[in-house]
Amino acid sequence: MSENTKNDTKEEVVDSELPLDKNVRLMSPARMVVRRFFRSKLSIVGLIMVVGLFIFSFLGPLVYTQWGEIELDESGKTEYSVTETTYTVDGREYTVRQTTEKSLKDNFLAPPSSEHILGTDNEGYDIFVRLMYGGRISLIVSFIAVFLITILGVIMGGIAGFFGGVIDNIIMRACDILICLPGIPILLIISTILDASEIDAKYRIYLLMIYLTFISWPGTARLVRGQILSLREQEYMVAAEAMGYSTGRKIFKHLVPNVMPQLIVSMSLSLGSMILYEATLSYLNLGVKAPYAAWGTMINIISTNQDILQNHLNVWVPAGVCIVIAVLGFNFIGDGLRDALDPKARR
Amino acid sequence: MADKKIIEAYDPEAILEVRNLRKCFPLKKTLTGKVTQELIAVDDVSFKLKPGETLGIVGESGCGKTTLGRAILKLHQPTSGKIIFEGQDITDFKSSQMREIRKKMQIIFQDPYSSLPPRSTVGGILSEPVTVHNIVPKAEVKDYVLDLMDKCGLRDYYYERYPHEFSGGQRQRICIARALSVNPKLVICDEPVSALDVSIQAQIINLLKKLQQDMNLTYMFISHDLSVVKFISDKIGVMYLGSMVEYGTKEEIFSNPLHPYTQALFSAIPHPDPNFKMNRIILKGDIPSPANPPKGCRFHTRCPYAKDICKEVTPEYKDHGNGHCAACHLLDEQ
Repeated sequence: MSENTKNDTKEEVVDSELPLDKNVRLMSPARMVVRRFFRSKLSIVGLIMVVGLFIFSFLGPLVYTQWGEIELDESGKTEYSVTETTYTVDGREYTVRQTTEKSLKDNFLAPPSSEHILGTDNEGYDIFVRLMYGGRISLIVSFIAVFLITILGVIMGGIAGFFGGVIDNIIMRACDILICLPGIPILLIISTILDASEIDAKYRIYLLMIYLTFISWPGTARLVRGQILSLREQEYMVAAEAMGYSTGRKIFKHLVPNVMPQLIVSMSLSLGSMILYEATLSYLNLGVKAPYAAWGTMINIISTNQDILQNHLNVWVPAGVCIVIAVLGFNFIGDGLRDALDPKARR
Repeated sequence: MADKKIIEAYDPEAILEVRNLRKCFPLKKTLTGKVTQELIAVDDVSFKLKPGETLGIVGESGCGKTTLGRAILKLHQPTSGKIIFEGQDITDFKSSQMREIRKKMQIIFQDPYSSLPPRSTVGGILSEPVTVHNIVPKAEVKDYVLDLMDKCGLRDYYYERYPHEFSGGQRQRICIARALSVNPKLVICDEPVSALDVSIQAQIINLLKKLQQDMNLTYMFISHDLSVVKFISDKIGVMYLGSMVEYGTKEEIFSNPLHPYTQALFSAIPHPDPNFKMNRIILKGDIPSPANPPKGCRFHTRCPYAKDICKEVTPEYKDHGNGHCAACHLLDEQ
């Protein structure tokens, strides 16, 4: 009897609305985003560019082992220079032909050949191999910087947006001050300090990246704060409050995941700008220092010799092309993601 | 001494007691932070609620029903007055102290579309409160949630789905399941059916009634729909412009409305028979702004029986027999 009544009430309670079929599913938000992303040709091009660069710089050196990053081609070459001097002594002309034989240890500024795919630079390093190693530095450094910027930006922006009031004011004014700081002059000072403190050339770029993080997080923090200001008024946040969740849970489990779309877009766009920043630093001799390779330092070679700029395009053009590919690739991906993550967009 | 006073005054039978609750929102502030103009959303509201009962709160839009519900949950800090829940004065509890109380009092929101986080699955939404409050051991959480979903009329394969895949009624069931996941004693239903269409409304109301019996819940049911309130409530409170104008049992209030506003409100209940001649009391004018409420009785600007005293003196909220309370000068004269 009791079982009977229980069943009856259950019937009444189950909803009469058209039940979703067990096998028919609407796509999850994440899958919809992936689908929309791959629908755009430009974002596929961007993805191919970036993945290609990754393979080139991380797997390349493992496959192409002929030359190392700081391995000089010491095959050398002999240069002959002929000087003719004409003397006139007692009305008779004497011509003296002098041949100088210069034996050089390093094979520098070699044109592209089977031995050096893109030739060698002014020191005798293989350009093709140095492109790969330079790519490693650029990609690693920009990823680290963007990662740090995002973490710092999310924490500061999250706290500012969630608590508001005085805390918000303090953090946002700190952001304003940091945005006002001129980046390059301070970098010059820091770089000089690093020079004086004799830090290994390999690591100074990371220290500079930490500095870049320090001056770049306000952008992300502002973005996160703005989003959170609008999201925290949503009813599901009131529900989270009513559930008695801790503040940390509310910020990082309920608010930040909803900021993720904007965050991912800004991350992929700032990856491009970080690569540019790194190249600029290296070009100005503030970042990676010789003998280590970076795309920026490879372009910087032209400043040593006008001749290279005009006659040895193979020395500096490939590095420039790599920078363009990386920045374009990340920007294409960023744009593609922005369109894909836009909730108002059609499927 | 102060403690003793509260214990003396506390009604041991009531699960919730609200005393002279007042909530003001600042509208204008001077530079020094002094409030120069404020909006009185809830003004001097008092009532008691016994376990297992349902209190219906009715009133027009903007009369402070929702603010009252949220102030009781302390989602808004009350300006003054007392909220006594299970014998504890929770008015001045800090948010860390409130966390324990939150398990016992929950809320169901009006809009099932914005009250569910869009980026987590139904399973995630329902198991989060269970794990946070340690309702059941970790290993049993999923079974517990599935059982709860079954109780609320949700199919078990909804577990992996996202809120955007559901219709309004199903979403409201998810909201109900979420509110009940922590085994609360008091649930504040803030217009839970007004965003749904009529056939779904009936199902949700039936579900709420059934769950009330099964889990021995106490409801505070906020609505502007009188027929819904009549169906579900034991007690009814009528609010006008932030204050409670009448309070009593359902039977008393529907058969013998005392306050002129309640009479006007009830005369507006639609009748299913189109040939039925309704004796509507049409109120003149609009509801005054709560930022600038009229002096004396709040209702005197629209009251058909208003007298001079109504414009000057605020009527007292008094018991007129059998716990039927109302605030009106006309009743005092009789």
